[in-house]
Amino acid sequence: MRSDGSQSAPLGLKIAAACGLLFLHLPILLIFVYAFTTEEKSFVWPPPGLTTQWFAVTWNRPDVWQALSLSVRVAAISTAIALVLGTLCAAAVSRTKFFGRETISLLVILPIALPGIITGIALRSAFSLADIPFSFWTIVLGHATFCVVVVYNNAVARFRRSSGSMIEASMDLGADGFQTFRYVVLPNIATALLAGGMLAFALSFDEVIVTTFTAGQQQTVPIWMLEELIRPRQRPVTNVVAMVVVLVTLLPILLAYYLTRDGDQIAGSGK
Amino acid sequence: MTIAALNSTSAPAILPGSGGMRGALSDLFWRKPQLLLFLMLAPPVLWLGIVYIGSLFALLAQSFFSIDEYSGLINHEFTLKTYGDLFRPANLDIIVRTVTMAVLVTLASAIIAFPIAYYAARYARGRWKALFYLGVMLPLWSSYLVKIYAWKLILAKEGILTWLLAKLHLLWVLDGWLSLPVVGGNSLSVSATGTFIAFVYVWLPFMILPVQAALERVPGNLVEASSDLGASPGQTFRNVLFPLALPGIVAGSIFTFSLTLGDYIIPQIIGTSRLFIGQAVYSQQGTAGNIPLAAAFTVVPIVIMGFYLWGAKRMGAFDAL
Repeated sequence: MRSDGSQSAPLGLKIAAACGLLFLHLPILLIFVYAFTTEEKSFVWPPPGLTTQWFAVTWNRPDVWQALSLSVRVAAISTAIALVLGTLCAAAVSRTKFFGRETISLLVILPIALPGIITGIALRSAFSLADIPFSFWTIVLGHATFCVVVVYNNAVARFRRSSGSMIEASMDLGADGFQTFRYVVLPNIATALLAGGMLAFALSFDEVIVTTFTAGQQQTVPIWMLEELIRPRQRPVTNVVAMVVVLVTLLPILLAYYLTRDGDQIAGSGK
Repeated sequence: MTIAALNSTSAPAILPGSGGMRGALSDLFWRKPQLLLFLMLAPPVLWLGIVYIGSLFALLAQSFFSIDEYSGLINHEFTLKTYGDLFRPANLDIIVRTVTMAVLVTLASAIIAFPIAYYAARYARGRWKALFYLGVMLPLWSSYLVKIYAWKLILAKEGILTWLLAKLHLLWVLDGWLSLPVVGGNSLSVSATGTFIAFVYVWLPFMILPVQAALERVPGNLVEASSDLGASPGQTFRNVLFPLALPGIVAGSIFTFSLTLGDYIIPQIIGTSRLFIGQAVYSQQGTAGNIPLAAAFTVVPIVIMGFYLWGAKRMGAFDAL
């Protein structure tokens, strides 16, 4: 919506919008304060005192490190798989018109459109029917499935913006298909893929609902947090991990935004 | 054709095939684009088709099996008995409770989202626009569990909300609210109100973005024309803005509605012991070991969302996504 006059907004609207944004941000900021509290047993506010000792305690907890390492490995491999599958699918859908194109888009979007619990329990029942034991790879299988859509969305938006005549020009100038891909297509879509990859990583790193069904006994960071929320052991450690998780997911999002901000479709507007 | 004529004296019009395996392959793809398309589509379609659609069908198939009440074993024969169990009063309660919550959460998200989306679409420019955008994106992508945890901290009996209300001498409002049946409880973090607040908070960004996208497309002079023609701000909102924003609201409601229907973590951490569909699915497949009933339960959100998406498509909501 564009208006030529630069009139300012009514006061009521300003207040409502500001309150809405505060409602979105204050709870997350609160996490940062609680990471420094000296209180161990309850969520008392205001914090009786401030300390940094819980960072050291968290640093020395092997279970936190194990969960972090599992999460990073799962997210990295799922992102790699999603990058390949998402780009292939986006290239096919945006370059050519073929029968069933709409169905393919629907197929890609479905894992994220249906509630996560359905994806989770569907995968679990398939694993049990096929006698597949839970492992690192069962987690990756689930994560890669719903990460494809993020890469796909970013790549499709970029393919739509870049012109097909560049590829024809490259072929006319004597480049073969592989050279065209390497020197024309790839540089064009690189930032979109990077942004999509970042978002896929963040999505996988944070996923909990599907993971509870596909992980068995292993703990990713979100599963670890869920355990702590249901059966708290050491609340201050949970506070510190929560703060770190917020910071870790913040960076890829800002970077993805920065990489695609000039386009008509900015990365991350769909999760 | 013309090029061939021009070049007829020097080089041949058709280049010789490129050498080597790579060249041959590249030439093959050029001659047969269908083959390239097939090769590009095969991996993602096979992955999603086998892993995802395959699993979904495995799940649906399970809902037609039944569990033997005495041995606890799954009887692999076609039956509708499990669907009969689904419509027992206790299970119907769960479905009605979840759908009511999803409707309320959707309405509340739409009301809170509208001013933010409207301000961002109509008044925010340049730096402010980017700030608004990130202001919605960062909470959207922040960790889901951390967001729930933050509300656990806020709503706890000893937490910041009680402290704030005590400072404002408004504690009687909270106590009055908590003493109500259904919505009340011991503290907000174990009440249906708490579940509602956490749901609205976690899904709100999913509503803001499509509503903003829909409002961006409304020409500003339409609103001016409406007030020039003598409409009050309220009338302009009702007759001009709201109908044009409606596809965006419906698009956003797809997310808020679907996500509330399937969630089992928020009501488990912030809420009463009364179950939601997601929790019922989780406990049926886990502790109870009744996979057929769990599968039948998941069919409920699928069917509801099927109708919802069908209606949304008719309202043109997908153009706003």
